[in-house]
Amino acid sequence: MQRSLNNSETLSGIIQKPQFSPYTDNGGTVIAVGGKGFVIIGCDSRLSSGYTINTRFQPKLFKLTPQTVLGSAGCWCDVLTFVRLIEARLKMYSYEHNKTMSTPATAQLVSIMLYYKRFFPYYVSNLVAGLDEEGNGVVYSYDPVGHCEQSTYCATGSSSAFIQPLLDNYVGKKNIANAEKGKLLTQEEALRVVNDAFVSATERNMYCGDSIILNIITEKGIEERVIPLRKD
Amino acid sequence: MSAIGTGYDLSASQFSPDGRVFQVEYAQKAVENSGTAIALRAKDGVVFAVEKLVTSKLYETGANKRIFNIDRHIGCAVAGLLADARAIVNVANDEAKDYRSQYGTEIPLKYLKDRVAMYMHAYTLYSALRPFGASLLLGSWDKFEGPQLYCLDPSGLSYGYFGISIGKAKQSAKTEIEKISLKDKTCSELIKEAAKIIYIVHDEIKDKSFELELSWVSEATNGRHECVPQEVFDEAEKFAKDALKHDSDSD
Amino acid sequence: MKYHTQSPASTGTSVIGITFNDGVLIASDDLVSYGTLARYRNIPRVLKVNEQTVVGCGGDFADFQHLSKIIEQKQIDEEANNDGFTLTPKALHSWITRVLYNRRSKFDPFWNTWVVGGLQDGKPFLGYVDMLGTAFVDRAVATGYGEMIAKPLLWEAVEKKESITEEEAKDLIAKCMSLLFCRDSRAFPKYRIAKVTKDGSVIEGPFEVNVDWSIAAHVQGYE
Repeated sequence: MQRSLNNSETLSGIIQKPQFSPYTDNGGTVIAVGGKGFVIIGCDSRLSSGYTINTRFQPKLFKLTPQTVLGSAGCWCDVLTFVRLIEARLKMYSYEHNKTMSTPATAQLVSIMLYYKRFFPYYVSNLVAGLDEEGNGVVYSYDPVGHCEQSTYCATGSSSAFIQPLLDNYVGKKNIANAEKGKLLTQEEALRVVNDAFVSATERNMYCGDSIILNIITEKGIEERVIPLRKD
Repeated sequence: MSAIGTGYDLSASQFSPDGRVFQVEYAQKAVENSGTAIALRAKDGVVFAVEKLVTSKLYETGANKRIFNIDRHIGCAVAGLLADARAIVNVANDEAKDYRSQYGTEIPLKYLKDRVAMYMHAYTLYSALRPFGASLLLGSWDKFEGPQLYCLDPSGLSYGYFGISIGKAKQSAKTEIEKISLKDKTCSELIKEAAKIIYIVHDEIKDKSFELELSWVSEATNGRHECVPQEVFDEAEKFAKDALKHDSDSD
Repeated sequence: MKYHTQSPASTGTSVIGITFNDGVLIASDDLVSYGTLARYRNIPRVLKVNEQTVVGCGGDFADFQHLSKIIEQKQIDEEANNDGFTLTPKALHSWITRVLYNRRSKFDPFWNTWVVGGLQDGKPFLGYVDMLGTAFVDRAVATGYGEMIAKPLLWEAVEKKESITEEEAKDLIAKCMSLLFCRDSRAFPKYRIAKVTKDGSVIEGPFEVNVDWSIAAHVQGYE
């Protein structure tokens, strides 16, 4: 939207030539919820620019290792570039060390690769979901320049402001009197909350919709599911 | 330093007292150690044939090809050290690419061969460099210039030819080529003759097995340099083998 | 500060593309505009790369020509290598994405939107890239005004059925091009279609947009 505003008249009434901006917002929402022995990461599949939908099926989840998945949304050209670079770094690591990278190490790598572009950032919201050394679900969330926070649940992207409070309440048991804090969700509960969160966000957010792509990460591997959403 | 004229062969930048550059001559020797390559200029194009010596059964068939495309319209057959030849072919590729990006048309062979010859010549001038141990046959056909054929030498010389041979059996191949009235023949006729010459000059005792490579660039291929179609190849090879058999029968 | 391209000069408008059961069609009109001026009226903006890959391009025409030359040279290099490998649509789509992204990162963009199509391992492939390096793949794509005017029709067609025939796809392209001509002031009634099937790729056309103004005589009250 920012670009098309620049493209037309300004308030002063002077007609400007199209102004180049290297960034655009292509929308997209990513949610991850972890628990004992599993983590679920999901994204919507809509790619949009302003009022137009570029495509209805663009997965935003990237399998980095057999136990780590990156969810990435924001400026899509930066997502593509960032994912390619991190995939290359993970390959280099696996050739050098003869093993795939652990989830915490991958999380750190994402952070430093984002910070490397501190003064011309990747305009991207990232979530890394995976299993830690004990095999339990962990979620790492980032800002575009590499600030990293570990948690067990998080929502980022265009619907983050809609979904994060919901997760805080439902998963994190925040603002509930006498709640049993720190209790993790079961896989079924987590799947339901992720599904409901996407359905609700789709009702309110133009940049969210078309379908949910879920990756359920357990010791056994990564199971992928696709669930349809509203397409309007 | 036992005799006069020794000690002058260590550098390409030094003449011998009788005015020779030994390094260049050694490079030419290197070309003469390799399998024979010939090119014939027909009235409607140029044909190439190479005797690719296979020094081990362990090589895959078709490995280490000695006929190259310089551009869509220029073909090249090489003799000598294959690694050196490939380096020159790369230079020629880049030269063709540069010309196209600058002028938007295909590079004329006359211009390309001069540029590549200059490059090869530069390697005969400096003590820190070694001349290329390879020779190139370059051929093309177009509507305006017709068929063109040039040979580049390690010294940096380039001449135009009606027919030319380089490599091991260049002398006997040349004798065979001289028997053909090249100017009256077409590519489809000469491709057979070219195959035949390679089979005739091949030394079965010294070099056991070889692979024949055939290509052409002609009016019929629309000025594109291409490997000959399989039927043409088979026919030419059969023609060559039959001719050899006929020769040995009549002996 | 060094000045880079701040705006496009000679431009082409929409490109549309659609996949059908055994191939891909990419269409764009023959006009290159200079601002509002219909400057060059006979310029194809679709390009055949090889027998399995075609591209179409909107936006700055000089940038399109520049990249076309590089793509053509890439194809010549592939032919010279003669190793059985060719430039596939997927590879070219990725390459264009990288080139455009690198230029946007230098604040010196190629002011183009590209549609790349063809057969990838025998299956139809259709990709989109914009000046920032935003890239995706879909069964139907469109650029510029085409994204707003033509894409709803294209999507409707590919979503309704599992696959459509070449005839259906061509009819749809014709309809989209006439619709674009009616509403896009920079569009032109003459267009070309790049087609890729297992029999190879061809640029077809030029075709004329079917416009019927006979109804205009019956419109009253607006004189």
